[in-house]
Amino acid sequence: MLEEYIKLKLQSQPLLLMMHTVVGYPSLEDNWRMLECMCKAGIALVELQMPFSEPIADGPVFVRANQVALQQGMNRDRYFEFMTRANREFKFPLLFMGYYNPVFRLGHAAFCRSLKAAGGRGYIIADLPPEQASELDVMAGEMGLDPIHLMTPTNSEARLREIAENASGFVYCVARKGVTGSKTELGQDVIDYLERCRRLTSLPIGLGFGIKTTDDLALLKGHADIAIIGTACLDIWEKQGETAYLEYLSLMQMAAAN
Amino acid sequence: MSKSTFQELFQFAKGREGFFGEYGGAYIPEILHETISELAWAFNEASRDTSFWNDYVKLMGSYSCRPTPISHCENLSRKYGVNIFLKREDLNHTGAHKVNNVMGQGLLVRRMGKKRVIAETGAGQHGVATATMAARFGYDCTIYMGAVDVERQRPNVFWMEQLGAQVVSVEDGTRTLKDAINAAMRDWAGTMADTHYVLGTVCGPHPFPLMVTYFQSIIGQEARDQMLNLRGRLPNRIYACVGGGSNASGIFSGFLDDEVELVGVEAGGLGLDSHRHAARIAGKDACPGVAQGYRTYFIQDHDGQMRETHSISAGLDYIGVGPILAWLHDTGRIRFTAATDNEVIDAFRILVRQEGIIPALESSHAVAQVLKEADSMSPGEDILINLSGRGDKDIFTIAEALADEKWKEFLRRKVGVAN
Repeated sequence: MLEEYIKLKLQSQPLLLMMHTVVGYPSLEDNWRMLECMCKAGIALVELQMPFSEPIADGPVFVRANQVALQQGMNRDRYFEFMTRANREFKFPLLFMGYYNPVFRLGHAAFCRSLKAAGGRGYIIADLPPEQASELDVMAGEMGLDPIHLMTPTNSEARLREIAENASGFVYCVARKGVTGSKTELGQDVIDYLERCRRLTSLPIGLGFGIKTTDDLALLKGHADIAIIGTACLDIWEKQGETAYLEYLSLMQMAAAN
Repeated sequence: MSKSTFQELFQFAKGREGFFGEYGGAYIPEILHETISELAWAFNEASRDTSFWNDYVKLMGSYSCRPTPISHCENLSRKYGVNIFLKREDLNHTGAHKVNNVMGQGLLVRRMGKKRVIAETGAGQHGVATATMAARFGYDCTIYMGAVDVERQRPNVFWMEQLGAQVVSVEDGTRTLKDAINAAMRDWAGTMADTHYVLGTVCGPHPFPLMVTYFQSIIGQEARDQMLNLRGRLPNRIYACVGGGSNASGIFSGFLDDEVELVGVEAGGLGLDSHRHAARIAGKDACPGVAQGYRTYFIQDHDGQMRETHSISAGLDYIGVGPILAWLHDTGRIRFTAATDNEVIDAFRILVRQEGIIPALESSHAVAQVLKEADSMSPGEDILINLSGRGDKDIFTIAEALADEKWKEFLRRKVGVAN
């Protein structure tokens, strides 16, 4: 399971990186080259976003990526084919990331089977709160898949505890209010929030939303176990190309590992 | 005394808060959890406080035109052999039933102590109503509107801006109502500390479907009393158009336990077989799904991606339908049907010429369905139509559909002057 994998990795480096890509954007070929870069850089975890027509938790960059991927013919079957291929080629664990409706339409059991067959290790569903997730989560657990749940800085103590009880693999802590993609000012309040989350769970803690620089990583060390990077990567891929992308990942990985 | 069906909507089994049958719920990003909980709590408190409802009714009596009258369509009734009545929501301030919900939420915002309101809008009626409410209560206001709708409904954009609102044209997705809802949710996810999202219809996460139904139920309460006073009996059937479903929820809620047929009329667009419509329940292109914070029938593809919808009226052109209505469909309480764009234009012309009433294209769907079904009704039946809004806003769309040459010439001249 993911928890053991993460904890083992943490014995050799203080902070792991999880990277993200929207499958089908800019194209499956681009996605594949991104994964090759992630592999070269030594990234620990990768989330593959299944595009959805109503991505309410995403900011402008990913909204566009979701939309264009769908326009270019991305669909569920192609998504799982891509994951299967990626899982054969790369060693890092792959996570499903997306919205609930495609999962709901497929059906909980069929979704878990498809994910398992494609080699996925768990899922992050942006609009499925824990109180609606239990049937899916139980099924997933029985198949050895980890449902990743999100904690946020607006949550009450009682709610954080409820999330902790449902969590598996690791806990995804959202760094701030808002949607993906805008800059987060990492300060003492984020550290305090991470400590609050840490007290409620023995699972590893990941922090995402607006993480971008090596300074961000330096600040997170000792407070988070995984730094989750999404929009920043896609920005570099689109504006500066593959070489810059690999350089960026390598730089970030070096900063995380030392 | 046993509880009415309407009162029962407010009761949930433990762990099923916000669900009506299998529909509804709150499928939201976790960041909004506490905000939605706070809103549900505030609404619950307010809805138990009779002085809150009384304040609301008083406000609507002095600021809008409540109670809105019921008009008997004498000419149409003679022509079709049934007694056709209109509940005149078009006579509300800002021209539609939308203002009911908005003023109610305005009072709730004051109770919660927030300073800014945001809203999505399709046809623009809800946006204008929200901007009006914000001006009256002194709130900052941002309205999200799909770029396609901004084009279709420019006059409403003008008025929103005059009322002091910032109008954001949404370029994502299909650039219509659903994308405006997504954009408003994204704003809210960052600004909830001082901002309330004034959702315009009976959709979205709990408590919105229930809360909007509660405020719109003023229509049904009035209509029931008015019909009893006027006729000494309840109508045989009630027709209302259904986009998200707020005007239908409003009027139907007054008659849920009565022997009255309730008919929801969806946008049939170019026809139910054309895939170019917005008939979630009457059509064949929708099935249950979860999006925009709630579970209901959505027009979607096999994979669960939402599909494009079409209607001549921007206010009905939406992928989902209120979860309470979806449930009342499943229980058999509401019959759903659809009227096509062409039928709607015909009905619009008939109502204008026969009764001197200019209906919104949305409301014209309900009128069209009554005219279609009149032949199969028993002579002398009483039919009530919820005329949810007035048609002035649709002047561009209607003039185009009617291919009015003088109007085209007028537009050409105006454009010439502007250049």
